[in-house]
Amino acid sequence: MLKVKDLNVYYGVIHAVKGISFDVPNGKIVTLIGANGAGKSSTLKAIAGLVKPKGSILFSDKEIIRHPAHEISKLGVALVPEGRRVFINLTILENLRMGGFNKKISELEPLYEKMFELFPILKERAHQKAGTLSGGEQQMLAIARALMSEPDLLMLDEPSLGLAPLIVSEVFDILRELNKQGRTILLVEQNAAQALKLADYGYVLENGAITLEGEAKGLLENDEVRKRYLGED
Amino acid sequence: MDLTIILQQLVNGVSLGSLYGLVAIGYTMVYGVIRLINFAHGDIMMVGMYFAFTGIAMMFLPWWAAFLLSMLASALVGVIVDRVAYKPLRNASRISALITAIGVSFFLENSFLVIYGGVPKAFPIPSVFNGAINIHSVIFPNIAIITPIVAIVFLLILLFILHKTKYGMAMRALSFDIDTVRIMGINVDLVISLVFALGSFLAALGGIFWAMRYPAINPLIGIMPGLKAFAAAVLGGIGSVTGAALGGFIIGVTEILVVALFPALAGYKDAFAFLFLIFVLLFKPTGILGEDLERGRF
Repeated sequence: MLKVKDLNVYYGVIHAVKGISFDVPNGKIVTLIGANGAGKSSTLKAIAGLVKPKGSILFSDKEIIRHPAHEISKLGVALVPEGRRVFINLTILENLRMGGFNKKISELEPLYEKMFELFPILKERAHQKAGTLSGGEQQMLAIARALMSEPDLLMLDEPSLGLAPLIVSEVFDILRELNKQGRTILLVEQNAAQALKLADYGYVLENGAITLEGEAKGLLENDEVRKRYLGED
Repeated sequence: MDLTIILQQLVNGVSLGSLYGLVAIGYTMVYGVIRLINFAHGDIMMVGMYFAFTGIAMMFLPWWAAFLLSMLASALVGVIVDRVAYKPLRNASRISALITAIGVSFFLENSFLVIYGGVPKAFPIPSVFNGAINIHSVIFPNIAIITPIVAIVFLLILLFILHKTKYGMAMRALSFDIDTVRIMGINVDLVISLVFALGSFLAALGGIFWAMRYPAINPLIGIMPGLKAFAAAVLGGIGSVTGAALGGFIIGVTEILVVALFPALAGYKDAFAFLFLIFVLLFKPTGILGEDLERGRF
């Protein structure tokens, strides 16, 4: 579904992502793990079209590297951004409306229902401002908002950031459920243990380059990964 | 001073204030989405006046057609200004865009000076807006009654657009977070163009009613009302549409009432808007209804 080849991201003189290549196959969960500043977020932003990278990004065999962000979204790529970024001055329903911006009016109602089924908490608060939600609820809203466009590829940037452990498991359960329903997921996480338990395949990013890759189960047992990312001796 | 005169002056102040409000809305909306004080906005008022003047006095259109065409053409001018002058500077420092706005302002003023000349033109007032009505021996000019009604109707239409249409919601979302609006599949440049179009449309409307109130128009006529409208936008809380309208009413009513009650201060009437501006910036920089727009930004 997604094939990234020799991706480079520069911010002025800073070379944030240094020629990485990876695949996200249809129906799978792939995770990029790594420390803060390893280039994980930059990679997602590059795919979403928010930064202008060099290299090649094939989505469903189509080169999207020169596409503006809103065109990439229309092609079926959705990003749940780091820090959730819900529109706090809009109601929950309006946030969902923005997620489904390019949907026809007639398509919206069934999609709202679907989201409320997945995240019942959002239904109770549909007409409240998103700013009144707790961090965990905002994360649910950010995921629901991304799903409103019915994306083929759902990308999430640190969905566990700043959430209580119980809420983190809840979020990951939902991701597992979405994947069961056939959704392809690209997950960026610092919480390597949780991410590798969920994912099919993982890549380890260090200083903008991929240093390790493999089946997620294998990475969980890899000594190097255990030492550096799972905090074990 | 008797009650009739105060009532008359109050209506007059509300009428003037609604004009400031109409223009202030454009300042506040543009600031909301791209953090730019569009100092050329007052000149869009002037553009609206000349377009309407051209429609009525030179093309002999019916007044309503001339007004409507003028507002639409002014909206287009606003969009073109953004595309040509501001869009290339979207990622530049704010001060560059601000200086560019002042440049655009001079450009519009001088272009119209070249085209129409510096001699003031008499703005033709359609007969509907002339005359006055007499309620219990208090005389109200028609224009003073019609102006606030028109302003409020357009304010309500604007609020409807902002809250009930998807492009309006996108405008509100944009004022908090541009990149996240982009990844929703929304063409941000189009939304910004729509903001300029709406703001300029309302500025032209304000300009036309200004011209019917003070019917001698010249290419520099937009400067002072434009600056006062800016003060109104800050007073109401920059970024808030309702606040802009409210700020406009407050400044308009204050200006008229102070002059009516203390005729000796008439020479200082232009100063009150800026006194408000200074006090707001000193004591409540977010204005009456303003929110801290930096909250939730990148």
